[in-house]
Amino acid sequence: MAVAASLANSTAPGAAATERKPARFALARRTVLTPVLLSLLLLAIALITVMTGSRPFNQTVIDVFVRVILVVGLYIFIGNSGVLSFGHIGFTCLGAYAAAWLTINPMMKRGSLPGLPEWLLATRLPYWQSAVLAALFAALAALIFGRVLMRLSGIAASIATFAMLAMINTIYSNWESVTGATSSVVGIPIVRVIWPYLIGAVVAIFIAWAHAISRSGLALRAARDEPTAAAASGVDIPRERLVAFVVSGAVMGLGGALMAHSIGVVTPDTFYLGLTFITLSMLVVGGMGSLSGGVLGVVLLSALIQALRWLEAGVSLGESTFALPKGVQEIALGVIMIVILALRPSGLMGNRELTLPRSSRNK
Amino acid sequence: MLQILFDALSLGSLYALGALGIALIFGVMRLVNFAHGDVIAFCVFALLWPSTDAMAIVFAGQLPWYLLVPFVLLCGAGLSVLCEIVVFRRFRQANPATMMIASFALGFVIRYFLLMLFSSRPKSISLLPELSQPVEILGARLPLLQLITIVTTMVILIGLTLFLRQTRFGLEMRAAAENFSMARMLGVRANRVIIGAFALSGALAAAIALIFGAQTGTLDIQMGASIMLMAFIATVIGGLGSLGGAVLAGFLLGAASVIMQVMLPIDARPFRDAFVYGAVILVLLFRPQGLIAARGTKERV
Repeated sequence: MAVAASLANSTAPGAAATERKPARFALARRTVLTPVLLSLLLLAIALITVMTGSRPFNQTVIDVFVRVILVVGLYIFIGNSGVLSFGHIGFTCLGAYAAAWLTINPMMKRGSLPGLPEWLLATRLPYWQSAVLAALFAALAALIFGRVLMRLSGIAASIATFAMLAMINTIYSNWESVTGATSSVVGIPIVRVIWPYLIGAVVAIFIAWAHAISRSGLALRAARDEPTAAAASGVDIPRERLVAFVVSGAVMGLGGALMAHSIGVVTPDTFYLGLTFITLSMLVVGGMGSLSGGVLGVVLLSALIQALRWLEAGVSLGESTFALPKGVQEIALGVIMIVILALRPSGLMGNRELTLPRSSRNK
Repeated sequence: MLQILFDALSLGSLYALGALGIALIFGVMRLVNFAHGDVIAFCVFALLWPSTDAMAIVFAGQLPWYLLVPFVLLCGAGLSVLCEIVVFRRFRQANPATMMIASFALGFVIRYFLLMLFSSRPKSISLLPELSQPVEILGARLPLLQLITIVTTMVILIGLTLFLRQTRFGLEMRAAAENFSMARMLGVRANRVIIGAFALSGALAAAIALIFGAQTGTLDIQMGASIMLMAFIATVIGGLGSLGGAVLAGFLLGAASVIMQVMLPIDARPFRDAFVYGAVILVLLFRPQGLIAARGTKERV
């Protein structure tokens, strides 16, 4: 890759202060390369997929894009605020069910989810409209929960978000008439084309970037690095956290809606601890404090999972077939994650972002 | 009424033991150990001979209880110490999020290791069947097991308190929990204390495994997870790093679950856990530092 990771740590507290009168959009121009490069990376993956034309591979890449959306959503809150949240998959759950409510054929809905209000039973929207509404719904939920939760900090906040996830899960697995309880909600139109997912992922990346360089994002990162100093300089920490929480909630909801359309079935347990931990692992392995880290973490870990699955299915080398025994895939994944974290405790990217080398930019 | 009290106490006992196991390690290492639930599962499956058949081949479970109990406790302690030496030792300097994810990855490895050996089907086992007979106390019929659970927990808690208060090792451990770097400067050997904490926490996990296995009679790879979650929450509500707080919060959570089960209207009962978690958020809002704040965890500027 001609792309080199160079230090573009926009968290530097002096970013705004050193240039007395920064030109308009100076910060945006200086950092816009990162989301562009990441989007190009995803575009390249999508193009390769379309060219190979293999159905299972297509589905795998769709999964990767959905996870990119989710991990970017996590990054918006966790990366910028430094507060580990276990609850964001709850918003994904809300988004996925909202998409299900809005897109399932009204005839089927009347049978399987009779508890929905009449106007919702009668609606049927195309998937992209439902995805936008699902994101708004999740953002609203994030606003309500966030008003309460953002007053906490540190590990208490982590646990409170976790309790929120468990609450959402309990409600969705028991509210028979509205969510179909633990049985799966079927009949969500499945979208098998790769482009909507690519667009979703790119939109998520740009939202994350725009939030990170906004006034609120910069203030939040200042509060992450030096809470006392930031508070003393007039940063309203709970408020900035709430902004990030709502933005990330919206992105998680979008991811949930697209995820629902990619598999066509939703159950509450799809959106619980398993997904929480796999997305968090991707973020932490890639590097919690960096957008590039999140995206690369998804791509790398997904590639690794896929390679291990492939080995498990068996690879023929010459005459002999080589296959890993069942279960080795997960064990190897765990071991590799531990090794990566032991070698690079702050993730693969650390706090850096992906940009071109500094010299080439000044040409 | 008495029935409710005993239900609450025995459920609370499990949560309290779990919370204690997590709090012990958090105290010395600032590590939230997500692998704890999988250590519990491992201890349960240590009773069986590895096989993927649906029928459980009981191996250690056949031992008489005076051999069985030490065997399982040793298993738990051994596995826990092994985790420390192989994995967590490399993460002493890492930030809490990294450690948390590493512990989660480790738990993942243990779980799938078990899955490879035993398959994911739940297995039934009658562990110490003589304990399930009911006994009558003050007009309430209680399973003997419930009584034993409560008594065992009390004994463990008292024993642990004595150990921490009366022995030199306990003193070192408490000192390390309060201020680790200061304790090291005063001559407490870090590795010894940390390994001791892991061994104790593993043994506690084994105790939970025994009690839970005997109560439910089924062994499931996922069984550690549900207790671990509650225990984890109890640790935080109790005040991270505070052992007394962890135990107290464990019992409170058990009591809250049982009381809500009885008090809530029938329609709302399936949502019981949502109410419990809501209560957790409320407690955290009013006391973010936990019910009993541990000394030395307050951030200084």
